[in-house]
Amino acid sequence: MAVKNKKLNLKDKYQYLTRDMSWEPTYQNKEDIYPDERFEGIKITDWSQWEDPFRLTMDAYWKYQAEKEKKLYAIFDAFAQNNGHQNISDARYVNALKLFLTGVSPLEHAAFQGYAKVGRQFSGAGARVACQMQAIDELRHSQTQQHAMSHYNKHFNGLHDAAHMHDRVWFLSVPKSFFDDARSAGPFEFLTAISFSFEYVLTNLLFVPFMSGAAYNGDMATVTFGFSAQSDEARHMTLGLEVIKFILEQHEDNVPIVQKWIDKWFWRGFRLLSLVGMMMDYMLPNKVMSWAEAWEVYYEQNGGALFKDLERYGIRPPKYQDIANDAKHHVSHQAWSTFYQYGHATNFHTWMPEKEELDWLSEKYPDTFDKYYRPRFEHWAKEHAEGRRFYNNTLPQLCQVCQIPTIFTEKDDPSMLSHRQIEHEGERYHFCSDGCCDIFKDEPEKYVQAWLPVHQIYQGNCEGGDVETVVSKYYHINIGEDNFEYIGSPDHKRWLAIKGKSSDEKAGGADKNAA
Amino acid sequence: MSVNALYDYKFEPRDKVENFHGMQLLYLYWPHHLMYCSPFAFLVQPDMTFGAFIEEVLKPAVAAHPDAGNASFLDARWQLNGEPFTPDASATLKDSGIDHKSMLTVITPELNGIAGSAS
Ligand SMILES: [Fe+2]
Ligand SMILES: [Fe+2]
Ligand SMILES: [Zn+2]
Repeated sequence: MAVKNKKLNLKDKYQYLTRDMSWEPTYQNKEDIYPDERFEGIKITDWSQWEDPFRLTMDAYWKYQAEKEKKLYAIFDAFAQNNGHQNISDARYVNALKLFLTGVSPLEHAAFQGYAKVGRQFSGAGARVACQMQAIDELRHSQTQQHAMSHYNKHFNGLHDAAHMHDRVWFLSVPKSFFDDARSAGPFEFLTAISFSFEYVLTNLLFVPFMSGAAYNGDMATVTFGFSAQSDEARHMTLGLEVIKFILEQHEDNVPIVQKWIDKWFWRGFRLLSLVGMMMDYMLPNKVMSWAEAWEVYYEQNGGALFKDLERYGIRPPKYQDIANDAKHHVSHQAWSTFYQYGHATNFHTWMPEKEELDWLSEKYPDTFDKYYRPRFEHWAKEHAEGRRFYNNTLPQLCQVCQIPTIFTEKDDPSMLSHRQIEHEGERYHFCSDGCCDIFKDEPEKYVQAWLPVHQIYQGNCEGGDVETVVSKYYHINIGEDNFEYIGSPDHKRWLAIKGKSSDEKAGGADKNAA
Repeated sequence: MSVNALYDYKFEPRDKVENFHGMQLLYLYWPHHLMYCSPFAFLVQPDMTFGAFIEEVLKPAVAAHPDAGNASFLDARWQLNGEPFTPDASATLKDSGIDHKSMLTVITPELNGIAGSAS
């Protein structure tokens, strides 16, 4: 190739710096170099068909990301110097960050590991480069989120040991097992799970609520992180769509395999997002929109258009989509009820909504809130006022697949739990739904090994037989600081002090007659 | 169906009864009392009597519910793993056919939760 003294255009530069850096092996068998590429049954006939919409090369990537990083850390510094935490709407908001830091930031790290791994496993250079960049993005997200929130750790409880908690705390096994399931699958299932089902179909439901939630509640550090990650997310979503179209176009035999993965990962993602639903409806003092509204916009409308578009490949909308759509009226209330009653075993505080918030919920959920949930919440508020703050002193049954307590109700009868039960090779298994039960039946060997926190406590594997020991010794939750009711908590008192109010103004009936 | 894997993929179930040191798991679901967010997961002795289970395990678990005082559990309608079940207070759990990871459902049709909301 003759070297001309001329700037390469984007297309040529991309070609030289990515595809042309790959080569055909001559003395090794290609199948030995990429052993994971075939066992899932996906047939790729021509990797060169892979399109990279962004045509980003590594040198440009570094330059661009470094620029963003510089701006981001300048704002973090300013936020810390100006005591930005004092400008948030209310200290209850910080509990959403505690959930994010322990539940989501470690998933960014898991995503980094996942993409680094699959990036080695594809024989197509375009897919390898895309995975490499996403791996680095995800590692950066994990780090910058921790840095964005570290300022809060100086002023509020429950943020001190996120990585440790992610591996151990009962409800964090929900996000953890989600990613462990994806990372222990083959490379094509991983991309369908994370790039397509999560990043493309569902990520807006995580990102938009959290970032708008941060903006509405005066958390400039987290908002700035969100802006900084947005261009990465746009790339990740594009990769997600490209992956699915590429696999489907390569061979018709791929269609039923991909459909099965879409069904599975839509359901797993939907269950995981119950946590986000509760964050939006209950943990944001200034509300952005209701979970039901978010689900309508970001899943029913956007997802509807997407699956219409995928029809020509023989793909239909995910199985049990109707159940998920109906559940938008219930899941946030069911999840918050669960955390409220197990608030002695969480690293964040829980509380009952205030009067205006109850009215907001009644308005946003006209068919369900007053009928099924308001009486429960009013009862709990009354109990609390009378010095009997309700905590559930037993342990819950968990779903063998999603690992959430089996709290969800039937689509056609919200007064009954949608519990399912089967026997497999002489053992009984319990599930929250047909969706999770089907996932188990398809790959029982995978889920019989599930590390279910409740069963692990009962087997004696969590440093103690009683909840208090497990919570303090095994989880590293500081009892009386991180957990229990928000009203009267050290966080609450500190917030009142920041705002120059006395701590008994709002702390009436504050006590911890806990489990 | 089974897992597509690069090697023989076979694992022991993690929650076999042997792992519970002589105890077993028992789930209990009280419909229309969703104030308790999910069925309870109890660790019980297989040779405990059903009557003792009601008195020592079930009643303390539900004590905080306003319906608890009015519930006559032994006379209620029971299911064991989805099938009709007639409790015998003097029989042990094991002799009642309640094995590891079984689920009991106790239906009290006259009690419908806080303000009738199934909570
Ligand atoms: Fe990310
Ligand atoms: Fe991402
Ligand atoms: Zn489940």
